[in-house]
Amino acid sequence: MSELVLPKIDKATINKKEYIFKNLAKIINPENVLSHADDIKPYETDALAAYTQTPLAVVMPENTEEVSNILKFCHKENIKVVPRGAGTGLSGGALPLNDAILLSLGKFNKIIEIDFENKCVVTQPGVTNLGITHAVQHKNFYYAPDPSSQLACSIGGNVAENSGGVHSLKYGTTTNNILGVEMVMMDGTVCRVGGKTLDQEGYDLMGLICGSEGLLGVITEVTVKILKNPQVVKAALIGFPTIEEGGNAASEIISSGIVPAGMEIMDKALIEATDNFSKAGYPRDAELLLIVELDGTESEVDELLKQVRSICEKNNCSSLKLSKNEKERLSFWAGRKAAFPACGAMAPDYYCMDGSIPRGKLAEALLEIKRLSEKYKLPVANCFHAGDGNLHPLIMFDGSDKEQLRKTEEFGAEILKTCVRLGGVITGEHGVGVEKRELMCEMFNNTDIQQQLDIKKSLDEKNLLNPGKVYPILRKCAEEGRVHVHRNEEKFPDLPRF
Amino acid sequence: MSTEMKKNSQIFQDSNNTYYPEDELQVSNLVQELYKKNQPTEIIGTGSKNFIGNNIQSAKKLSMSKLSGVIEYLPEELYIKVKANTPLELVEKELEKNNQELAFEPIDFGFIENGKSNKGTIAGHLACNFAGSRRFKVGSLRDHILGFRGVNGKGDIIKSGGTVVKNVTGYDLSKLVTGSFGTLVALTEITLKVLPKKKLSNTITIHTDDKKLVKNLFDKISSSSSEVSGAVYIPEEPKDENYDQNKEMVFKFNDLKYKGSFLALRIEGDKISIDEKLKALTNELELSKLNTTVLDVHQSTPFWKKINNLEIFKSTKNNLLRVVVPPSKGPKLMQFLGNKYKYYIDWCGSLYWIEVQSKKNSKVSDIKKLTKELGGYLTIIKTSDEYDYEETIFTVDDIRLLISEKIKKSFDPKRIFNPGKMYRGI
Repeated sequence: MSELVLPKIDKATINKKEYIFKNLAKIINPENVLSHADDIKPYETDALAAYTQTPLAVVMPENTEEVSNILKFCHKENIKVVPRGAGTGLSGGALPLNDAILLSLGKFNKIIEIDFENKCVVTQPGVTNLGITHAVQHKNFYYAPDPSSQLACSIGGNVAENSGGVHSLKYGTTTNNILGVEMVMMDGTVCRVGGKTLDQEGYDLMGLICGSEGLLGVITEVTVKILKNPQVVKAALIGFPTIEEGGNAASEIISSGIVPAGMEIMDKALIEATDNFSKAGYPRDAELLLIVELDGTESEVDELLKQVRSICEKNNCSSLKLSKNEKERLSFWAGRKAAFPACGAMAPDYYCMDGSIPRGKLAEALLEIKRLSEKYKLPVANCFHAGDGNLHPLIMFDGSDKEQLRKTEEFGAEILKTCVRLGGVITGEHGVGVEKRELMCEMFNNTDIQQQLDIKKSLDEKNLLNPGKVYPILRKCAEEGRVHVHRNEEKFPDLPRF
Repeated sequence: MSTEMKKNSQIFQDSNNTYYPEDELQVSNLVQELYKKNQPTEIIGTGSKNFIGNNIQSAKKLSMSKLSGVIEYLPEELYIKVKANTPLELVEKELEKNNQELAFEPIDFGFIENGKSNKGTIAGHLACNFAGSRRFKVGSLRDHILGFRGVNGKGDIIKSGGTVVKNVTGYDLSKLVTGSFGTLVALTEITLKVLPKKKLSNTITIHTDDKKLVKNLFDKISSSSSEVSGAVYIPEEPKDENYDQNKEMVFKFNDLKYKGSFLALRIEGDKISIDEKLKALTNELELSKLNTTVLDVHQSTPFWKKINNLEIFKSTKNNLLRVVVPPSKGPKLMQFLGNKYKYYIDWCGSLYWIEVQSKKNSKVSDIKKLTKELGGYLTIIKTSDEYDYEETIFTVDDIRLLISEKIKKSFDPKRIFNPGKMYRGI
């Protein structure tokens, strides 16, 4: 992607790197300190692979005490730290910095306790999202949030990003499904919040840390809620001849009082791409495909499916298929879940966006994206979590062509601005990271951002933990002369501003 | 007169040093002035929950009561945006028109305070974050807030969140202000997620005073896939003149004639799905072996209303505690309480509302000590006139207090808003 502006490199840190390596090797097992170019190469990027940076070193602590000691040392020595889970984030939140230690939580990969009595699992943050469900499914329990990357993404990363998934309309995102966290602050303080009880008293620090993208603390333990599998799950696969009719049907389903477990939309481009890729048997003639999943008791699900059918027929659906068994239900999802790789097979590169909009604006957003696709002459395929208005347009391009790259970024930014204009937000579940940093000003004014920076400063006064992420460096709002400096105290004066 | 003073002189102030700003800008101007003058201020709404938390020593009061009214309600988008001090009752009426509701079941604290309904405002509920019986199924208010606007302790107008459910743009300040008892932000606008109301509800009551069975039933209910949306246990009241004997009167229903302790669980949906769930639960909980009755929709709805109004503790003069423990630890707490305290259990075995007679203040400390040992937390909701404040109202450990102090400073560096309402120094 285009050249990324990152916080000014601290030469003092670079100059004392041997001293840093030596000390880190005293704090943790020296084998867990990687500083050789070959060893740190795999850590240069996360799933926003277009950006790469070489970290100063990679450290892989094995317990909370080690994390605390590393952070204490870095705090004292003014060394930046970038935390990293499984590295599956799509917004560059775990992108290393040349003068920062990359703190990998990869060795925190054990489930600590499975507690069926209290319906929770206490786990280290490096355990995968799906690993939790696997650990409890023998008793018909599961962990609800299900980001597409659930096979690989870590629960600690899910907390940092407040990950969602297909079922978040009914079951919430990560923040609604965790009971407690242990986190280490930048000065090494270990803080435990929540536990095995619902809610907590006092400031909701768990709510604050969840989705803070590794800027406020390093998560070293998570307690998640587990749920009993629903009695019955069924899905419907519905094709529509036009975008408007499909979009309208989706919003009518919600406004009729139905809360689907999952509701996904795919456009024609994606129907073709995924069907070619996974042979899911999607209706090729449809302009828009809707997958509606319902769960509950047998009669409840059947009754709701009846209502879904009637709404879709009223909106002129061209095809409607109900899953007859579990195998068929999973086949309905197979294509949707293969959306990203399918696009990967169609173009050298694709760029996935993640805005949220009010559900009623789905058709309007899709038509606007179509118009922009023609304007930029770049193909785009769309999938949406229609239940909660979360869009994932996938722009296809050739990364080796600099001009296409520039156009892709511009196209993406225009989509997100459209989301904000329609009453939505720039990121629904992937996080801001470095990718959407400069777009924060589309949603927040300087005072809003300053409040968030004030919180950051109160918990990490030296701005050492994951700097350069989430908050605008270029600060477009500043360029427009709206920068708010409170009593001449500028926060983070070392940040480059243009 | 400075420009600010001129602006503020237009804000109505009554003889009790209470300001009544009419809009967000006036709140901002006023707080800027209070900030400059370093004047601690109590933020008030309609005062329905004012008795919760520590008393505040402040010369000034900031009444937000004029910031009231629905700004935008889009039933099809499942959200309602209101001015922060909109009465809860008004919001509930609006939602009712579209067969929607606030699923977390806000608690009506009016009954314990004055014996009658006083639902207060949306901002008040947000400040406390105390959810009713459906909490264990659908979350509390913190899980239903989508966004807010407000004024921080420096007078800056700030906002966070939005109107969509999927939103990870920046820190989730909406959660942070929820349950902060007005110590961070004077709220001006709140957006809440709303959900469709279930068509009908039925309540199964199981008559038992066998605590082991109660624990087992709670465990089975929370492991059931029948989507039970309320599970409470109401033990017999202690035979002690210091506690009002009003259980029989409060829960007077045709199909609840049993006088002793009982467990009640709620199932919701349409007629067919309720029947289906009833059948499944009869099997799972082995109900045929137990003494049970079913409250139909006409009894079930008022039953849960009475639960969420805390009507059993109506106008109490005693101390009232709210204790949350992991469900597995419930038996230890039940054992401690025995038949010496008036209490009931909500949230399928996790939330305990406990009345402690005014002459036994030291027992509050004992219960708090046990709660901490069990991995839970305790809030003193109401204190008796004789309460000695031996135990603090809220529970917090040193590290969390330190972090909370830092966060407080980032919003309200001069501690203008509700100083000491939660903790000393905050």
